[in-house]
Amino acid sequence: MAEFVMPSLGADMESGTVTEWLVKPGDLVRKGDVVAVVDTAKAAVEVECFQSGRVDRLLVPEGRSVPVGTPLAVITTDEAAAPTTPGRPDAPAPPDSAAAPVHTGDQAATTLEPPTRPATRPTTPIVRHLAKEAGLDLAALHGTGAGGAVTRHDIEQATPHPPRPAERPQTPPHPRGQQAPRVSPYARKLAADLGVDLAALHPGDGPVTAADIRAAAEQQPAQRQPAQRQPAQRRPVKARGVDNRTAIAALMSRANRDIPHYHLATTVDLDRALAWLREHNKALPVAERVLPAALLLKATALAAAAVPELNGHWVDGALQPSSTVDLGMAVAVRGGGLLVPVLPQADTLPLAEIMRGLREQATRARSGRPRASDLGQASITVTNLGDLGVEVVHGVIHPPQVALVGFGAVVERPWSVDGLLGVRPVVTVTLAADHRATDGAVGARFLHMIDNSLQTPEELL
Amino acid sequence: MTRSATDSAAREAVSDALLAIVPDAPIAELADDTDLREALELDSLDFLAFVEQLNTRTGMRFEEDDYSGLRTIAGCLRMLRRPAG
Repeated sequence: MAEFVMPSLGADMESGTVTEWLVKPGDLVRKGDVVAVVDTAKAAVEVECFQSGRVDRLLVPEGRSVPVGTPLAVITTDEAAAPTTPGRPDAPAPPDSAAAPVHTGDQAATTLEPPTRPATRPTTPIVRHLAKEAGLDLAALHGTGAGGAVTRHDIEQATPHPPRPAERPQTPPHPRGQQAPRVSPYARKLAADLGVDLAALHPGDGPVTAADIRAAAEQQPAQRQPAQRQPAQRRPVKARGVDNRTAIAALMSRANRDIPHYHLATTVDLDRALAWLREHNKALPVAERVLPAALLLKATALAAAAVPELNGHWVDGALQPSSTVDLGMAVAVRGGGLLVPVLPQADTLPLAEIMRGLREQATRARSGRPRASDLGQASITVTNLGDLGVEVVHGVIHPPQVALVGFGAVVERPWSVDGLLGVRPVVTVTLAADHRATDGAVGARFLHMIDNSLQTPEELL
Repeated sequence: MTRSATDSAAREAVSDALLAIVPDAPIAELADDTDLREALELDSLDFLAFVEQLNTRTGMRFEEDDYSGLRTIAGCLRMLRRPAG
């Protein structure tokens, strides 16, 4: 018997809203299955469960916002236990249950249970959810997966129209819970330029395309614009982006109010590192090629492990160093805003794993559907604006962390090597650090370590 | 195979590879000398995925030293015309 609680999906998260349950009482779940979609101020997050078992009861209905740590569901880990055991009085009620219909035991299971549908073959929660959205009867579908299991692909094949979200507990401008439509960067840019609300689009099969955006722009009379939209706003106008903006505003205001920042910068010669990486990549399949960004992340993780004063959190007036290096990677979300997926224990990961994590997490964060496990608490954050052609990042720390590392673009610059002038690829590394926790000397040591390890790239494997 | 048939096959491979990364890339509107990274807002992860797509579709492997040659459609076509090895 275990409780599945509202996870903390970032330093600034105090509460979250269960937008959708992807499981119902009686369902078998495995560790790592996505069981719910939780809405935070920043994103709709797919939340995985942390143990295998059977869902006994859902404690919080869809649409309810509860504080971090609130039990959301009871999962019976003992297989012998019947899935619909009568109510267990020991299960704590959600803190704000007074404001909502009373639901205990079986009653909760009944009232919260989504409409039942036959599911005789093994399916995963996400497949059941997709089928529900598409209005498909799983039992009637031909499954091509193992043991006749219906797969995501089968659902897509059987869907005559794109899955539409069923009735939502929420009303605009928060049309969450629906599968975030795939929107290409180009379409997003076009949407921003033409003032098209991506959230209001219902694309045909496949991702939202430029043609969809243009069509929507033509059909979109001025009065259809939601009242709260700023007329001059040219940013993508997805409601999510606005929420994300608010969350970033709050966090960054807190950082600038509470944290006495100090900033250091150093320029690192990447000649050896990049030459080594080129050779390294030649021996790899293209799909496993490592980007310089992964090398920079690994060097940063090692430096953070070596300088624990910069790797941790400022809590109640004191530094609490973290025992692991959980590296936050600031990722710009197309369409506006920022997410910070986390690579746990990055200092212990081989370079290939860092690259894989970077690739997968950036992809998920950008698609607007990160996983809960991507968004844990970072102990230090890295922001890499190199792809934007920026040379120097003057970062703002994400409280309660005490340091933020910034990488600019790798650029070729005149560089003195052994008394001679040469042209070298260099990168400017910056550190924004909390002066309450450390002084400049510590920061300097940290940057020096990053430089050092990039001079011996083979040790970063 | 005639030269033009080879060219059109190469063009199709480039176009398909781009569409795999940017599903609605306005390929027809892209001039052969347009910088793909800028026009389609590809970052280094996207570009790597593009190179991977080219590799899968044509069997030709491009090293990182070749990346600068792959920045435009014309460049990609030139690279794909290169004799193997």
